[in-house]
Amino acid sequence: MTTSAARPRQRRTIDVRNGHVEMLHGAGGRAMGDLIDTIFRPHLTNPLLDQANDQAVFGVETGRMAMTTDSFVVSPIFFPGGDIGSLAVHGTVNDLAMAGARPLHLSAGFVLEEGFAFADLERIARSMGEAARAAGVTIVTGDTKVVERGKADGIYINTAGIGMIPAGLDIGGDKARTGDRVIVSGTLGDHGVAIMSHRQGLEFETQIVSDSAALNGLVDVMIGAAPAPADVRVLRDPTRGGVAACLNEIAHQSGVGLRLEETAIPIAPQVQGACELLGLDPLNVANEGKLVAIVAAEAAEPILAAMRAHGRGRDAAIVGMVTDDPMRLVTMTTQIGGERVIDWLAGEQLPRIC
Amino acid sequence: MKYVDEFRDGQRAKSLAKAINAESDPERRYRLMEFCGGHTHAIFRYGVQDLLPANVEMIHGPGCPVCVLPIGRLDMAIRLAEREDVILASYGDMLRVPGSKGRSLQTSRAAGADIRMVYSVSDALELARANPDRQVVFFAIGFETTTPPTAVAIRAAAEAGLSNFSVYCNHVLTPAAINAILDAPEVRQIDKVEIDGFLGPSHVSVVIGSEPYVHFAEEYRKPVVIAGFEPLDVLQSILMLIRQLNEGRAEVENQYVRAVTPQGNAKAQVLVSEVFELRRSFEWRGLGEVPYSALRIKDAFAQFDAEKRFDMAEIRADGAKSCECPSVLRGAKKPTDCKLFATVCTPETPLGSCMVSDEGACAAYYTYGRFREAAE
Repeated sequence: MTTSAARPRQRRTIDVRNGHVEMLHGAGGRAMGDLIDTIFRPHLTNPLLDQANDQAVFGVETGRMAMTTDSFVVSPIFFPGGDIGSLAVHGTVNDLAMAGARPLHLSAGFVLEEGFAFADLERIARSMGEAARAAGVTIVTGDTKVVERGKADGIYINTAGIGMIPAGLDIGGDKARTGDRVIVSGTLGDHGVAIMSHRQGLEFETQIVSDSAALNGLVDVMIGAAPAPADVRVLRDPTRGGVAACLNEIAHQSGVGLRLEETAIPIAPQVQGACELLGLDPLNVANEGKLVAIVAAEAAEPILAAMRAHGRGRDAAIVGMVTDDPMRLVTMTTQIGGERVIDWLAGEQLPRIC
Repeated sequence: MKYVDEFRDGQRAKSLAKAINAESDPERRYRLMEFCGGHTHAIFRYGVQDLLPANVEMIHGPGCPVCVLPIGRLDMAIRLAEREDVILASYGDMLRVPGSKGRSLQTSRAAGADIRMVYSVSDALELARANPDRQVVFFAIGFETTTPPTAVAIRAAAEAGLSNFSVYCNHVLTPAAINAILDAPEVRQIDKVEIDGFLGPSHVSVVIGSEPYVHFAEEYRKPVVIAGFEPLDVLQSILMLIRQLNEGRAEVENQYVRAVTPQGNAKAQVLVSEVFELRRSFEWRGLGEVPYSALRIKDAFAQFDAEKRFDMAEIRADGAKSCECPSVLRGAKKPTDCKLFATVCTPETPLGSCMVSDEGACAAYYTYGRFREAAE
C-alpha cells in the first residue's frame, strides 16, 4: 500500500495543448509548481535540477572558473534555425567557451507574459533541453515569474553559466599581438539575416537559417590543434554588432590594428543577396554560431585544418592579420583592391535579434 | 549572372584602373562630381579612389535627400509628430538628423511622440489601414527614384477612400539641383568649385531617362556619364568621362545601359505628373532657394496633403554653428575641412545631416575613410 506522499500528484491544472499562462503561475504556489513539473522538468531533467531546491549544490574542481550571464529578448521567438530557448543555451555556452572554459552548469530564469501559450512554452523547454544535452551542459536551477499582459513580449529568458578553464590557457580580448592571424569559423551574417528576412516576410529560393549553435566542441579542437595553448590569443563570438563590432572591441582592448581581406571572408550567397536587398553590410550583422579567433601566425594553419574537419567549422577561413596601429583601426582591402575602414557602428542595424 | 559579384570583380577593376591611369593626362586635373549619395557611398565602401591617379579627384555632390532637407522642414515634421492624433511614418535615416535645439524625431519618439520607422510608403499605407482611429502621415523625402511610389500610394489611398492617410511631401528634383550647383556663386563668380564633369545618378535616371542631362552638357559644356552603382560601373564611367574630357567632348553618355534608357520610365513619369506639381521655389540645405526644384501634391489630391490637412506653418531655421554641411553638399569643402568633423560631430553624435545618412559625404568619410586622414 502506498502513502499519499508516494503516489504521483495529479496534474490536472496545466492543459499544455490549449492553456495559457496566468498570473497565479508566478505566485509561488501550487500552480507554479504544476507549471514547472509539467512543462519544464520533463525536458530539462537532471539530478541537480530534480533536487527541486531553491538552489543547486555541487562540488567543483580547483582551478579557474568562468561565469557569464545573458538575457534573451529575441523577436520572433521562433525563427528558422532555432528559438529563444535554444538561442539562450547556445549563447550562454558560447560565452563560456570563448574563455576556453569547459561549460558545466546553467541557470535559467523566465519572465512570462500573462496569456503566453503553454504549447509555445513547452516547445521552448524541449528545445532548451535538446540544446543543453547536445552541448553537454545541464540546467541546474531556474526561476519563473509572470507579469501582466503587455509587460513582457511573450517571454524573456535570463541565464547564467559556469565553466572551468583548463590550465595553460590565457585567452582574452587584450591578448592580440602584431603578426597574429584572424580566423572566422564560418559564414557571416546568417542569424541576423534569418531574423530580418523572417520578419519582413521575405522568401528566398534557399531558406536562410539562423546559425545558432554551441561552439564549445569546436573550441576544444582548436586548442588541441595549437602547438602551444598560449597560441590561441583571443576568442569571441560576434553576436550583436557582428564581426565589425567584435573586431573593433578587440583592436581597442589589445591596442592594435586589424587588417582584413574582403575576398577571404566567407558569406553564404543567399545571405549576400538578402543583405543587398535589405541594405545591410554582413559585417554588421549578428551571428549566433560563429567565432572569431586571433591566433599566433605559426598556429594558424594547424588550427584552421582542425576547424575545417569539425562540423561547426567547415567553412572556417583566415581572413586577416593583426597590425601595429596606434589608431586601433580595423581596415579591409576591398574586392576591387581599394581600402576601407570597418567601422564600429553606434547602434544595432536590427532590433531585437537576440 | 547575379548582377552583383560580376560588377565587383577584382581583375576587371584592375584593368579599368590601368586604363584610367594610362589615359589620364598628367598635365591636367580631372575634377569629377558624383552627384548621387549612393555613388559617394560606393566609392568609399570599395575604396575606388585608391585605384585612381592623384590628378583624378571625386567631388561629392548633394544627391542625398536626407542631407539636403532644410532644418526648418524637419522641425515641421517633429512638430507634426508631437500631435496626439498623429502617427508619423519615416525612413530610418531621418530619425537621427538633428533639427533645431538639438531635437530630432528620435528624441521626440523617446519623449512619447508616435513615430514609426518604415522601409517604404506601402508600410505607411498599411499603418493607416491598421490604425483607423489615428492619422498616419508619411514623411516623404527623396529624388525622382522614390517619387513614383509615393504617387502610387496616394492614388491607392484615394481609391480606397482612406481618410486617415496623408503625405508630408519633400520630394526634390535632380536636374534643378545640378543646375543650381553649376550656377552657385562658387562656380560662376568666385570659381572655387571647379567641376569638369558629372557622374550621373543611376536610379533617378532609370525614372527620368538620360535626356534631361543633355541640357547641362550643352549649356555648360560639361560631360555627363550616367553610372551604375557597382564599383566597376563607377570605374568605367570615370574612364568614359576622362575620354570625353581628353577629346574635348561634352555629351551625355549612358554607362548604366542595363537599367537606363533615354526616355526613362514613361509610366512612372505619368503617374508622378498626375499627383504632383512643381513648387515655385524650395529651400535646399547648401544651395539656398532653388526655383522649380521640388514637388507638392496637386489640388485634386489635396486631402492627402499633410501640409493642408494639418495647416502646417512654415518654419525656417539655421544649422549648428560651424557646421559646414552647406559647403560640403555643394562640393566646395571636404568633410575634413569642417572643424566639427570627427571631433564633436560623429555618426553617434551628428551635428549635421551629412553625418547621419549612409549617403552623406561626412558619414562616408568617417565610416570608411577615417584612416586616410590619420595617416596625414
